[in-house]
Amino acid sequence: MDIGFILEISSLYLEAAKFTLKLASIGIILSLLIGLFCSLVNYYKVKFLKKIVNWYIELSRNTPLLIQLFFLYYGLPKVGIKLGAFTCAVIGLAFLGGSYMAEAFRGGLEAVSKAQIEAGLSIGLTKAQVTRYIIFPQALAVSIPSIGANAIFIIKETSIVSAISLKDLMFVTKDIIGIYYKTNEALLMLVVAYLIILLPLSLLLTYIERRLRYAGFGN
Amino acid sequence: MQDLGIRVLIEGNNLYRLMGGLLITIRIAIISAIISILFGIPFGIVMTSKNKLVRFVCRTYLEAVRIIPVMVWLFIFYFGVPKLTGIHIAGDVVSVIVFSIWGTAEMGDLVRGAVTSLPKHQKESGKAIGLTNLQIYSYIIIPQSIRRLLPGTINLVTRMIKTTSLVVLIGVVEVLKVGQQVIESFVLQSPSASFWVYGFIFFLYFIICYPISLFARKLELRWKE
Repeated sequence: MDIGFILEISSLYLEAAKFTLKLASIGIILSLLIGLFCSLVNYYKVKFLKKIVNWYIELSRNTPLLIQLFFLYYGLPKVGIKLGAFTCAVIGLAFLGGSYMAEAFRGGLEAVSKAQIEAGLSIGLTKAQVTRYIIFPQALAVSIPSIGANAIFIIKETSIVSAISLKDLMFVTKDIIGIYYKTNEALLMLVVAYLIILLPLSLLLTYIERRLRYAGFGN
Repeated sequence: MQDLGIRVLIEGNNLYRLMGGLLITIRIAIISAIISILFGIPFGIVMTSKNKLVRFVCRTYLEAVRIIPVMVWLFIFYFGVPKLTGIHIAGDVVSVIVFSIWGTAEMGDLVRGAVTSLPKHQKESGKAIGLTNLQIYSYIIIPQSIRRLLPGTINLVTRMIKTTSLVVLIGVVEVLKVGQQVIESFVLQSPSASFWVYGFIFFLYFIICYPISLFARKLELRWKE
């Protein structure tokens, strides 16, 4: 192990980690929006849209992100749709994450009992108010653990965007191995970088899960 | 020259080559899945142990495998292990090793979930009528767990198939790599080849994974009652 070298390359890793986080945050936010939209369409059984949403979910869940990225980045320009690598990565992550988030929200929505909705309607709330004040808060509480797990999943999935030449943590590692042949140092830094990003999130998620369970059972 | 368009897929032996590439990915996925199931079941049963130390070791293994992306594990085994030990391992062997380690952890967690979800009195009744621990597992716990386990296991297989697409990034010649070769050799006759080839590979993955996950969902629904 070459400590001096590790210090030297740490700034590269910091940059790459920032990039990974930026990409992942945009991906997570878009996934949440798509997921929320899809789950609401399914929950209220909006005709026609429901079919499209279900096809989207199946397509997204049954194909790997890497293939989606290759198709977006190398395939689409040939039919006149040219997208930057970063845009492709964001679209890919949102396309993939959206269906996972939709599942998370669905679980939450299904957990809200019919009696709650009927009670809301009977005291004269509009349908929109019932959704906003009664269904949504309760559903969210149930879905939070799976939303968190999906967020971690999306961060981990960003590790393949180097395949479309984006300069993330994997890209930097491969570069350093190729140029300096300092494999051990580069891999160590790679693992450390991912641990610094993912470990606190995973611990936070465990904590939230426990708190929610207390809230649910009151002990 | 006229663009071949979608016909690039059937030109020469392209279709045959692409399918051959796909078979390599599927083979890695299936071998890893079998190893994962074989090791995952005992691992999951061990995870339900009452011994704190045993549980701690299992938990650490599971969390370590889960928190680091599979891609990083592939890098560690492909670039790191040869550097440390001086033994070069081929990309497809590395893939099988990494996916088996990953799959064993995931399978173990599924088994643990299935075993602990059984009501406690099942085990206790077994003990009360004088069965040995081995008998309790082979006649009571395992048969009942399998029902709860099967949908999750099938889903794990589709996840395995999807994730094995990553092996192209450590130099295994599989469907994506064959696709690239086809695109390169037909770049003059068919400038739009990459659209059709990558689109076709996308479709292939869907055609394989969709029926499997549909089957898993059917089982889940049927066995819920």
